[in-house]
Amino acid sequence: MTSPLLDVRELRVGFGPAEVVRGVSLSVEPGECVAIVGESGSGKSVTARALLGLAGPGSAVRAASFHVAGRDALAFTPADWRRLRGGFAGLVLQDALVSLDPLRTAAAEIAEVLAVHDVVPRARRAGRVLELLDAVGVPEPALRAGQRPHQLSGGLRQRVLIASAIAADPALIIADEPTTALDVTVQAQILRLLAERKAAGTALLLISHDLAVVAAVADRVLVMKDGRVVEEGPVRQVLAAPAHDYTRTLLAAVPSAASRGTRLTTGTPRTRPAPNLSGQVLAATALSHSYDRRPAVAEVSFTLHEGETLGVVGESGSGKSTLARLALALLEPAHGRVALHQRQWSNQPERARRPLRHRVQLISQNPLDSFDPRHTVGRLVAEPLRLPAGERRERVLDLLERVGLPPGTAGRHPRELSGGQRQRVAIARALGPRPDVLVCDEPVSALDVSVQAQVLDLLADVQAEYGTAMVFISHDLGVVHHVADRVLVMKDGRVVEEGDVEDVFIRPRHPYTRALVAAVPRLGVPAA
Amino acid sequence: MSALTRNAPPLRIPPVAVLLPVAFLALLGVAVAAPGLLTAADPLAADPLAALAPPGGAHWLGTDHLGRDVLARVVHGARHSISIGVAATALAVTGGVLLGLAAGLSPRWLEETLTRAFDVLSTLPELLLALLVVAIIGPGTGNVILAIAVAQIPNYARVIRAQTFVVRRSGYVEQAVTFGRPRAAIIAGHVLPNVLGPIPVLATIGLGTAIIAGSGLSFLGMGPQPPAAEWGAMLSEARNYLRVAWWEAVFPGLAITLTVVCLTVAGRRLQRRFEGRTP
Repeated sequence: MTSPLLDVRELRVGFGPAEVVRGVSLSVEPGECVAIVGESGSGKSVTARALLGLAGPGSAVRAASFHVAGRDALAFTPADWRRLRGGFAGLVLQDALVSLDPLRTAAAEIAEVLAVHDVVPRARRAGRVLELLDAVGVPEPALRAGQRPHQLSGGLRQRVLIASAIAADPALIIADEPTTALDVTVQAQILRLLAERKAAGTALLLISHDLAVVAAVADRVLVMKDGRVVEEGPVRQVLAAPAHDYTRTLLAAVPSAASRGTRLTTGTPRTRPAPNLSGQVLAATALSHSYDRRPAVAEVSFTLHEGETLGVVGESGSGKSTLARLALALLEPAHGRVALHQRQWSNQPERARRPLRHRVQLISQNPLDSFDPRHTVGRLVAEPLRLPAGERRERVLDLLERVGLPPGTAGRHPRELSGGQRQRVAIARALGPRPDVLVCDEPVSALDVSVQAQVLDLLADVQAEYGTAMVFISHDLGVVHHVADRVLVMKDGRVVEEGDVEDVFIRPRHPYTRALVAAVPRLGVPAA
Repeated sequence: MSALTRNAPPLRIPPVAVLLPVAFLALLGVAVAAPGLLTAADPLAADPLAALAPPGGAHWLGTDHLGRDVLARVVHGARHSISIGVAATALAVTGGVLLGLAAGLSPRWLEETLTRAFDVLSTLPELLLALLVVAIIGPGTGNVILAIAVAQIPNYARVIRAQTFVVRRSGYVEQAVTFGRPRAAIIAGHVLPNVLGPIPVLATIGLGTAIIAGSGLSFLGMGPQPPAAEWGAMLSEARNYLRVAWWEAVFPGLAITLTVVCLTVAGRRLQRRFEGRTP
């Protein structure tokens, strides 16, 4: 029996009077992958950072016992921690664009770790950098080594970060949401890469909000909530037979094929009127649009019927958001046209479109960006309403009630609200003008899974009640499978496959759709 | 991390470095609004028998070459100097906001033209530019105000143009379009209020510069004409007597310097306050 690389008992981290980690015990054995899963604010990231002495200024870290590499970490000086980081443990963070120095090349980033920990003699450093880039699957390492973060894609940046984390051949890699900002196919590659490191004997501590990601690589999982571990055990056992209510809720809230037709928050069946296929609401014909001669959307056609949800899936850069802007007529197509209720919608002066504007409303990914920062919730929700001042207030309160917000919310500023509440405000505002079409551009991708479940349920309720048609854009195949009737699969601006959501996701025909479906990490199928 | 930033800073009494400038600016406010409260003497009453009396006794700050009370002239001069500065700044802010907004919302060719024009004008020292304008339109208090405003417009316009660029592409402007709101309503309701953020800070610091420019132009005889008490003009008259009566020049000079220093300190303080806060 080897001694654990890391062992901490009753870890507590506080910032001023607030304690965000309240007694977490955890250990990582050599070659093991331990995952911490939790929603935002659960304290999972702070735990990970505290384990590397990076809890941050103003923090108070306490523990009953704390051993790193067999030494007592409670007595560590800042210099001890520095020696440990990079050498003994590598850290991979979520957003590589922020974590990488924009002025330094990929090679310089990795070479720094080699230099600090004196891994190889100076003369061999450049060669070692290329070996590392190759090892993490960066194509053309010699070319990429000389590039800076803004020249690299999200996936490549994350690989560079992983390369620098493993440069000093650490015994442990701590990865905090390493794939959250990535497309699913890239995510699958990064997860494979992490699994390879694990196979090579490196221990992994993986922090994630995504249970499916954890299922793919972890051996053991800790579920955190409000700074405490609520459940802990082998990953198969926790996912297959969760013992704690919170874990069960978390698992049930994940939208997928299986959750179709049920309410995510309660798991009960949900009925909704079938879409009216004879009532065409929005129709796009051969839409094309380019930015600087680079085609963003090419030859895309679709029809949206009353009460129908059209899912649009694709990876970043596939043209999904451009398609949303074209559907909203915020952008005029270079070719093709959009019709609303069989009347002209695109390709006309804004003045002619204005009287119809209220029929098509937008719900965006980041509601805070879509709110004027000076306005209160009440004023925001009132903005699209065309009512006499006297009736407005009442209608605003109605709308807030409809989306499950107390009337008191009207006087508050959105930045005082949580992410889920903000998205509810955005939905209330979009419902105000009684639209026929809601264009939802990644409406839940910034939300925690339990909040996402609430918002998806709310959108489904709204659709059932008003018969609103929806264009639902998402990178998350599970979400689209849960909500959509039909789906468009986009790649490089083109629709590569379309059809009934069950057909497309269960029996994909196009190779790209197959790759996309295969790349989605699945719950309950832990990698061997 | 958010727990860190959410910790409210302990309540502190502002340091002397803030209290003093604020107190001085308050005193200036009194001098502008009710100079009679600070001095009973008439700034224009000449008394040749008491000319060039040193500070002390009946004249706290001495008298000038015509025997006028220097304290009274400095106090009453505040009204001239500061109103020139305030008027010029108000004009410059208005012009700058309108031009910056126009540039930020224009089609590309017009935007480029305006922006280059702002850039070229900003390369010239403000005082020189103001002097140029006065040379064209002639001297006088109104013209000095106009000249300084013209010289300062590019400073505001450039900032507003940059802000407009950010705001016009923002999610909330886009949302307002989807609500079917007319363009003018969107500009008035969303763009304009959201681009004004940096103006209070810029204008506070700009006010100091405008006062210096105003006094500078008056010193050169372009502003209020004698016998009006204006700090720059007082300095100009005093320079002939510098060797025998230092007080005639030092006190108006000190008034200009202190005003500008205090405004700058206050402006920087505001800046730090606003930058520390997320909007």
